[in-house]
Amino acid sequence: MSNVRVLVGTRKGAFILSSDGKREKWDVSGPHFAGWEIYHLKGSPADPNKLYASQTSGWFGQIIQTSDDGGKTWHQPGSAPDEKLEPGKAVGESNKFVYDSSAETGKPLTKHQWYDGTQHPWEFKRVWHLEPSLTEPNTVYAGIEDAALFRTTDGGQTWKELPGLRGNDTGPRWQPGAGGMCLHTILLDPSDPKRIFIAISAAGAFRTDDGGKTWKPINRGLKSQYIPDPNAEVGHCVHRIAQHRSRPNTLFMQKHWDVMRSDDAGDNWREISGNLPTDFGFVIDIHAHEPDTVYVVPIKSDSEHFPLDGKLRVYRSRTGGNDWEPLSKGLPQSDCYVNVLRDAMAVDSLDKCGVYFGTTGGQVYASPDAGNNWAPIVRDLPAVLSVEVQTLP
Amino acid sequence: MIRVVLPQHLRTLARVSGEVTIEVSGQATQRSVLDALENSYPVLRGTIRDHVTHERRPFLRFFVCAEDWSHESPDAPLPKEVASGAEPFLIIGAIAGG
Repeated sequence: MSNVRVLVGTRKGAFILSSDGKREKWDVSGPHFAGWEIYHLKGSPADPNKLYASQTSGWFGQIIQTSDDGGKTWHQPGSAPDEKLEPGKAVGESNKFVYDSSAETGKPLTKHQWYDGTQHPWEFKRVWHLEPSLTEPNTVYAGIEDAALFRTTDGGQTWKELPGLRGNDTGPRWQPGAGGMCLHTILLDPSDPKRIFIAISAAGAFRTDDGGKTWKPINRGLKSQYIPDPNAEVGHCVHRIAQHRSRPNTLFMQKHWDVMRSDDAGDNWREISGNLPTDFGFVIDIHAHEPDTVYVVPIKSDSEHFPLDGKLRVYRSRTGGNDWEPLSKGLPQSDCYVNVLRDAMAVDSLDKCGVYFGTTGGQVYASPDAGNNWAPIVRDLPAVLSVEVQTLP
Repeated sequence: MIRVVLPQHLRTLARVSGEVTIEVSGQATQRSVLDALENSYPVLRGTIRDHVTHERRPFLRFFVCAEDWSHESPDAPLPKEVASGAEPFLIIGAIAGG
């Protein structure tokens, strides 16, 4: 029977939740990196026991951790798990994210738009999202704040920027959202190794078709009420994008407001909010085996980040959008005022697709039947920042 | 020999307990102490000072002989009590957050 491993990043550490394919009984491991913010952790599709974690702190900055045994032991890239560090040993570059400013890469871009409309220098703050390569366990992409895309090909020991993204002509018009100017979504196209989608708050979505050398904004059709130009190329607060591996040209997006869909790899978007009670939200994901079954968690508004009426409900569309049904069985239906952050929903790939999400109240909910029934795996973790799921043989 | 006291999270990262001791060649200054510390414990690079600018991270403070040296020149000679190992060089996390 297959197993499931849920990787949970929280405000105060990482947790690993494990179960067999029934997904009824769970083992909880953690906190790993207790006291640190774990923005994201994710396993390599090519080597599921190879995990990467982004460990951050307002005091001590950025740390990258990796595990070779599915999260039992961790180490910083460049050191072995149980190794006693020797003076002078050459580790210490795994947390070095330095923006590319070399002349060789074309356009060293040094400023973006600040809240007051002035230009502001790019400043590294943290890694929001780690996306391991689909084929190479030592290759990982990192989405960072201030927004840029980095890549390692040596298991996280060293990182280099893919400067073509910031070098895009629109860079000086990118601006931070309330949570900072973060690159939070990275989708590696399973059908084309040179195609990558990313999303930035608040710049929008971008695509490369040449392995990251050049990028173009893919925001046509997005309408954002706070942008005067109805056809603005950038400036949109995209919260999350999802792609089904069987249909890579179709993308689903949860924007600040509006749930959107594209069927041409992001070139054009149309709204699919349909009958959602509110179309503000952060997460969006897709059923593992049904590319038109989509999940969102509607949040009341941009100024009230909690579910409508105190009822925590996942909404599911089986038609690729517009027609949505509430899923509430097992979820709190009164006095619930948590949020579900943008990286905090994931699905497994068992026959009966499991759906998982974490809340700012520290609950991680699981549904073993595609959303029909829900139960908490854990109730009292620190605020959940991210949830990823691995389906293991 | 110079004694350095690290905050708990940095002791965990460096896989040490209690104080660490380092050797500094030449004059003991904040810069030479931190250079030697990072050379001995490279995992600490970027956690106390910025990787590139080498500026102190905003929420960390440096204390020497019961005085806050955070805003002193990084090249100012440290007191002889620190240089001799009689007193430690303290790296302290600012009180902030929840």
